[in-house]
Amino acid sequence: MAAVFQKIYTKITQITKATCSLKAEGVGNDELALVDGRLAQVVKIWGDTITLQVFSGTEGIPTDAEVTFLGKAPSLKVSDDLCGRFFNAFGDPIDGGPAIEGEEREIGGPSVNPVRRKQPSHLIATGIAGIDLNNTLVSGQKIPFFADPDQPYNQVMANVALRAEADRIILGGMGLTNDDYLYFKNLFDNAGVLDRIVSFVNTTEAPPVERLLVPDMALTAAEYFAVDKNENVLVLLTDMTLYADALAIVSNRMDQIPSKDSMPGSLYSDLAKIYEKAVQFPSGGSITIIAVTTLSGGDITHAIPDNTGYITEGQLFLRKDTEIGKVIVDPFRSLSRLKQLVIGKQTRKDHPQVMNAAVRLYADASNARTKLENGFDLTDYDKRTLDFAREYSNDLLAIDVNISTTEMLDTAWGLFRKYFDKAELGIKQEIVDEFGGYQDK
Amino acid sequence: MVKTLGKVHSIISNLVIVKTEGPVSQNEICFIELGNEKLMAEVIKVNGDFASVQVFESTRGLKPGMNVVFEQHMLEVSLGPGLLSKNFDGLQNDLDKMEGVFLKRGEYTNPLEDDKKWAFEPMAKAGDKVKAADWLGNVKENWLDHKIMVPFKFKGEYTVVSVAKAGEYTINDTIAVLKDASGKEVNVTMVQKWPVKLPIRAYVDKPRPFRPMETGIRVIDTMNPMLEGGTGFIPGPFGTGKTVLQHALAKYADADVIIMAACGERANEVVEIFTEFPELVDPRSGRSLYERTTIIANTSNMPVAAREASVYTAMTLGEYYRAMGLKVLLLADSTSRWAQALREMSNRMEELPGQDAFPMDLSAIISNFYARAGIVYLNNGKTGSVTFIGTVSPAGGNLKEPVTESTKKVARCFYALSQNRADSKRYPAIDTLDSYSKYLEYPEFVDYAAKNISESWIDDVNEARNMLVRGRETAEQIDILGDDSVPVDYHITLWKAELIDFVILQQDAFDNIDGNTSMERQQLMLNLVLGVVRADFEFESFEEVNPYFKRIINAFKQMNYSEYKSDKFYQYKAEAEAIIAERIKK
Repeated sequence: MAAVFQKIYTKITQITKATCSLKAEGVGNDELALVDGRLAQVVKIWGDTITLQVFSGTEGIPTDAEVTFLGKAPSLKVSDDLCGRFFNAFGDPIDGGPAIEGEEREIGGPSVNPVRRKQPSHLIATGIAGIDLNNTLVSGQKIPFFADPDQPYNQVMANVALRAEADRIILGGMGLTNDDYLYFKNLFDNAGVLDRIVSFVNTTEAPPVERLLVPDMALTAAEYFAVDKNENVLVLLTDMTLYADALAIVSNRMDQIPSKDSMPGSLYSDLAKIYEKAVQFPSGGSITIIAVTTLSGGDITHAIPDNTGYITEGQLFLRKDTEIGKVIVDPFRSLSRLKQLVIGKQTRKDHPQVMNAAVRLYADASNARTKLENGFDLTDYDKRTLDFAREYSNDLLAIDVNISTTEMLDTAWGLFRKYFDKAELGIKQEIVDEFGGYQDK
Repeated sequence: MVKTLGKVHSIISNLVIVKTEGPVSQNEICFIELGNEKLMAEVIKVNGDFASVQVFESTRGLKPGMNVVFEQHMLEVSLGPGLLSKNFDGLQNDLDKMEGVFLKRGEYTNPLEDDKKWAFEPMAKAGDKVKAADWLGNVKENWLDHKIMVPFKFKGEYTVVSVAKAGEYTINDTIAVLKDASGKEVNVTMVQKWPVKLPIRAYVDKPRPFRPMETGIRVIDTMNPMLEGGTGFIPGPFGTGKTVLQHALAKYADADVIIMAACGERANEVVEIFTEFPELVDPRSGRSLYERTTIIANTSNMPVAAREASVYTAMTLGEYYRAMGLKVLLLADSTSRWAQALREMSNRMEELPGQDAFPMDLSAIISNFYARAGIVYLNNGKTGSVTFIGTVSPAGGNLKEPVTESTKKVARCFYALSQNRADSKRYPAIDTLDSYSKYLEYPEFVDYAAKNISESWIDDVNEARNMLVRGRETAEQIDILGDDSVPVDYHITLWKAELIDFVILQQDAFDNIDGNTSMERQQLMLNLVLGVVRADFEFESFEEVNPYFKRIINAFKQMNYSEYKSDKFYQYKAEAEAIIAERIKK
C-alpha cells in the first residue's frame, strides 16, 4: 500500500471539465487520488490510461500537476464522535471541530441480503395528521417528499425528524443553500438535540459533483449506528433532485448516451442503491430514509420523480391549499405503502376506516367543486362536503398540525358528526357505534 | 481440456475487458481473481484477443493485470429436487445459505442440498429406449411429484442399462446407467446442469394454448382470460397495484409450481413474500403456499448484471418443472428493470443506441424470452406448461416507450393498470376496455369455452364488454350535459355498466372468499349481472336510478363476500332478485 501511496505522477494527458486522464500502473477501480491537492476518484481504466473524476472540478489544473493515488476507495471514519458534528461531502469537519477518530469504513458498502431483512413494523409518529393519519410512516421505510421548490419541505422534514422518536438522525444535505444549512444548524441547536444528529452538507457554494458522495457518507454513518449500535436511525436526504442532476453532469462529461430527460440510463439503479439502504435489521436496528425530491411544476412524470416513485415506498406530496392558505399533505397523491403494516394495529382500530372515509368525502368535495366551476347546481350533500373539506384541510391536512393519532381520529369523527349522517360515511356499523359518538336519532 | 486464462486490461464500472490467452466463447463464464475474492463474469463481446465481460459483482479495487480464468461453459443452473421453497439470487445462489446480514462479494452458495436423501421410485427399467427429458424415476418434493429425467443435454437415443431400486438417495448418487448408440455407458444422477440462455426444447410439440389458466381473478378469467402456457404482461405506473396483483396471481392461480422473479424491485416487497407466503395456505393442497414456490430475488440494490440472469434463471427452472408435466406459473416483476440493465451495459460498450438509449435488439431479446413460455406435449404425450406474466414499469406511466411496445408485440394478454381506477380505489385497477386477451379469438379456446364453461360464454363476455363501452361513453355525455339534461335511459345505461364494474371487475384481493373466485362461480355471477343488463327498468326520474342500482350492487357484492352456495349466498341472491323484481318491466 505504502508504495502506491508514494508514487507521484506528473503527466496528465487529457483534461475535461470534470475529469482528467493520465498513464499510471497498479491503480484499482473506484480508488481515490489527489490531483493538484484536489480529491478525485478513478472512474475508468483503459489499459494503462486512468480517468479520474475530480470532485471539485478541473479549473486551473495544469498538465504537469502532481497526481498521487491513495490506494483506497472513499471512506468515512466512524465512531460515536460523529454525533453533533457537521461534515462536508468528503467527511471532513466543517464546524471548526477536531477530526474524527474511529474505524475507517468504505462508503457505498454491500447490500443487505434480502432474506435477512425483517418486515418493517414500528410506527413513526410525527404529529402531522397528513402523515400519521393518511400516510403513516414505518421504521425501515424509504419515502420522499415530492414538492415544488417554493414549498417549505425542509422545514416539514426537520419537524418530522425532531418529533420522530429516532435514536439518531443523519442529515445528508445536497446543494443546500447556505441559508437552509444555517436553518438546520440553528434548529437542531435550539432544540437541544444536536448530540443525536450527524450532518453531511454540500452547500450550493461547493462544486456540484461533490454531492455524489453525500448520500453514501450519510448512509455509512447510519449503518454504523444501526448495525453496530442497534439504533433506530432516521436519514434525511435533501434534495435528491440536485443529486440526480449531478449524476447527469458526470455522465455527460463521460460521453454517455443520455436517456429520458437527459438523465443517465443508470439513474434507477443509482437511486435504488441509496434508497434500498433503508432496512429493518434482524438485530433491532433500523434505517429509515426520508428524502426530498423537488419537482418542476408538480410534474411527476419527469425521470427523477418517476424513477424515485418506483423505488420508494410511497411519497408525500406537499401542495398549497389556496382556500385555507396553508400547505397541506395532499391526500390523493400521497401514499405510504407500508402503512397497512401498522394502522389499526399499533393505532386505534378505527384508523383504516376513518382514514378512507375522510379521503372519500374529501374526493366528493372535489367533485362538487368541479360541478360548481362548471356552473351546475349543488345538492345539499355537495355543499356539506365542501364545508367538511375546508375544515378537514385546516384541522388535519395542514402541515402545522401537531397532535396524537388518537386526537386525529377524534377530530375526524367530530367533523363527520358535524356534517354527515352515519349512513353517509360508509364505515362498518360496529366501528361507528364504538368510536363515532353519534347520538342515536 | 485446459481452461483459457486471461488478464484484466480495462475497467469501466462493471464492464471489464480481458486480454485472453486462448479461445473463449460468447456468453462463457469466467472468474476474475481479486485477492481472495473471485468475481463471476460473463463474456458479452469478443474482439480479437480482447473479451468484454460483464461482472456480476462490484468491481471496486479491481486492477489491470489481475488474473482471469474462463470456465468453458455458459451461465448454468443446477436442476434437481430441492429447488422449491428456496430463495435464490439471480445466479441461483441460495440466499439462506449466505452468512451475515450483508451480501459478500464473491460468495457463491450451493443451490441444492448434497446431503439430503430423497425417496426415489424408479419409473424406467433396464432395456428401455430413452431420450432427453424422458422420466427415469420420481421423488416427492414437498407434496409434488418431481421427475428425475434423462439430462436435457443428452443427444439421440439411449438404452437404459440399470435403474436404482426404490430407496433413499442423495442428488449426486447414480440413479440410472444409460448406454448410448456407440455402447458408451453414462451415469445419471438426480441433478443436471443447463445454460439459462438456451431454451429447453426436450419435448415433442408445442401447440397453441387452448385451455384456461384459472387465476381466481374475475377481471382476468372472465373478461381477459389467460390460457395455460400463455403469455401476458401488466404495465402500470407506480402505485397502481402491480405488486398486489402479482401476489394475488401467485396465491390463487391454478398452477402446480409458482416461480417469482423479483427483478430489480424493492427489497421490502420480497420480504413481504418471505414473510407471508409460508403462512398462506395453498387452497389446493391445504399445505403452505411456500412449498410450491421458488423465489429468484435480485432486488434493485443487488448487482445490475445479475438482473438479466435472474429472469433467465427463473425461466429455466420453469422449463425444468414443465418437463415433469407440471403447470408452472412464472411471474417476473419487473421486466423493465431487466431492460434497463441491458441499456446500462450497451451504453458502456458504446453501442449505437435505439429509442430512449435502449439497445437496438431489445425487441428481439424480449420476444425470444416470451417465446420460451408455452404448453407442450412431452415425449410421453402428457402436457406441461409455463405460463408467463411479466410486469412492465413504463417511465412516467407512458405506454409509448420501448419496453412496453416491444412486449406488446409478443405477449398475448395485456392487463392495463389504470391510474384513475387506482385513485378511485377500484381494485384490481385493470382497465378492462384498454386491456385485451387475444386468446378470446383463438378457435381452440372458443371451442373449449363452449364445451366446458357454457355454450354462449364468449358471446356473454363480449356483451358485458360492450355494455362497459356504452357505459363509458354515456358517463362522458352526462359529464358534459349534466345529470338532468339527459334522458333517464342514459343513467340506466351508466349504472348497468357500473354494476358490471362493481360486481365482476372489482374484487377484494385481501378477502379470503372474494379474493379467489372459481370459474363456475364467475359464470353464475356473470349470468346474474347480464340478467340485469338485459332487463328494462322503469323510473320516474334520474334521481331514483343511482340508489336503486346501489342496492342491487350491494346485494351482489355481499354474494361475492359469502361462501359459495352457502345459505348466506342464496339469501343475498334472493334479496338481489327481489330488488330487481321491484322495477323490472314485465
